[in-house]
Amino acid sequence: MQALPLFAHTRPDSVLAYRGGRPISAHRFLFDVQELAQRLPAGRHVLNLCTDRYRFTVALAASLISGRCSLLPPAHTPEVVRQLRAFAPDAFCLTDDADCTLELPLLFYRESDVEPSPMAHAWSVPRIEAEQLAAYIFTSGSTGTPVPHRKSFGKLVRCVQIEAARLAPIGRGGCAVLGTVPAQHMYGFESTVLLPLQSGSALCAERPFFPADIGAGLQRLPRPRALVTTPVHLRSLLAADIALPPLDLVVSATAMLPLQLAREVERRYAVPLLEIYGSTETGQIAVRRTALEENWRLWDDVRLELIEERCWAQGGHVEQRTALADVLELRPHGDFVLHGRLADMVNLAGKRSSIAYLDHQLGSIPGVIDGAFFVREDGGTSLAGVTRLAALVVAPTLEASAILQQLRERIDPVFLPRPLLLVDTLPRNETGKLSQHMLRALVAQAAARVPHLFA
Amino acid sequence: MPEQALPQTTTSRADLGELEQEIARLIVQGLNLPTAPEQIDPEAPLYGEGLGLDSIDILEIALIVSKQYGVVLRADNQENERIFRSLRQFAKYVAAHRSK
Repeated sequence: MQALPLFAHTRPDSVLAYRGGRPISAHRFLFDVQELAQRLPAGRHVLNLCTDRYRFTVALAASLISGRCSLLPPAHTPEVVRQLRAFAPDAFCLTDDADCTLELPLLFYRESDVEPSPMAHAWSVPRIEAEQLAAYIFTSGSTGTPVPHRKSFGKLVRCVQIEAARLAPIGRGGCAVLGTVPAQHMYGFESTVLLPLQSGSALCAERPFFPADIGAGLQRLPRPRALVTTPVHLRSLLAADIALPPLDLVVSATAMLPLQLAREVERRYAVPLLEIYGSTETGQIAVRRTALEENWRLWDDVRLELIEERCWAQGGHVEQRTALADVLELRPHGDFVLHGRLADMVNLAGKRSSIAYLDHQLGSIPGVIDGAFFVREDGGTSLAGVTRLAALVVAPTLEASAILQQLRERIDPVFLPRPLLLVDTLPRNETGKLSQHMLRALVAQAAARVPHLFA
Repeated sequence: MPEQALPQTTTSRADLGELEQEIARLIVQGLNLPTAPEQIDPEAPLYGEGLGLDSIDILEIALIVSKQYGVVLRADNQENERIFRSLRQFAKYVAAHRSK
């Protein structure tokens, strides 16, 4: 069996991370990892909720060197935590939030105040077996139970090594990588944690949120520096007219990057912008420079296949043959064109769900007789370009606020309907299908009644 | 006159109430909230319970106040907990830091 290094930094003083612009060495990181590994409780499954990306990475590495498996669920609602406990009864939660109230055994991250002596440890980078189970990453599934996807260490590493080769300034090592996406999301996990680790670049502990934070965060980093972000954040930067210091690469994923936005970012900030295509199941599998090319270029050893109009990915780091949630047109040499999502899928702020799953959750609330989610087509008011969902619900005994409260327990807040409208009946045809035409008519009626919901 | 001294001395209680209503209208419109602007309790929290906003909404609000009032929000601002405690606190912050 093959064992792979935990990270690619070759010297104890190589910069592995930055916090507040201050470098953290590979030696310090290893010291923190080994200290934390000794404090971990007996459970073999770790829900790593550290919001500080450096602490997340220390916790991930401590789990890896002690043979533990990380759990990355799609949300942290009470319902999902119950399901995680059923999946892995020995799971514990590692958090850096003193107010965390999750219903799991909690271990709080503790900053070590001991300075590691350079002579105390012999310098050697731990190696992890390629076959070792590193993580279960969950998708929300269509029936209410999250679906686990196995990720071995070797496959995760292989994926980001190909990514490193495609993302030049990062792949050469020594690049500071600032991310606006959480480490717990598949894209953030790969591109803001594993990619810097495996390419000898440096991750950043912060996760800048407001547009002004992104500018300030980049300003504190030396060049070369890269920004790993999303269309929402890019649109926010432009909408707030934020100036950025010179930077060497911008990476975007989680939602389709509109061509105009890609061109505007490249023009305004004089930087190449690469867009990544992937999914929780497959990890990232393709990249393109959106401002200049329509075609996506597939990872070298991944193969795509069309079977009855559904596209499947397999090979390379993809653990098993996987159906993609998008409509793809295959071109020669592993290129493809993306034509959007399958009809039932929704993707808001990097979180994917299906209308069927959301309807199922809505229907499982006691007192709800019928209900349907749909994507609002009139939501053009968002400055950040975010589309929201709406729902029509038949529930004669319930108030809308009580239904929202129940939904909050079950689904990620980003999918909460805006608005949730109570109606007498849903316009279903004889096969039980909902007519989009009738749905829109009902919404128009409601809009006439309560105009401020539809401003 | 120093820039930051201006607003606090010129924003009266009545002006603040008006600003509160104006921000409420911008938020309800910008976020498609299922509530009328005048129904927002000026003392209720903006996050979670209360208005039930999530982090994307807060980002959206940041863009709205940056465009409308030239107010720049930052995550490392020590005052954030207070600023987002309620519409009233938020309006106070905007009044004190607006540049347009």
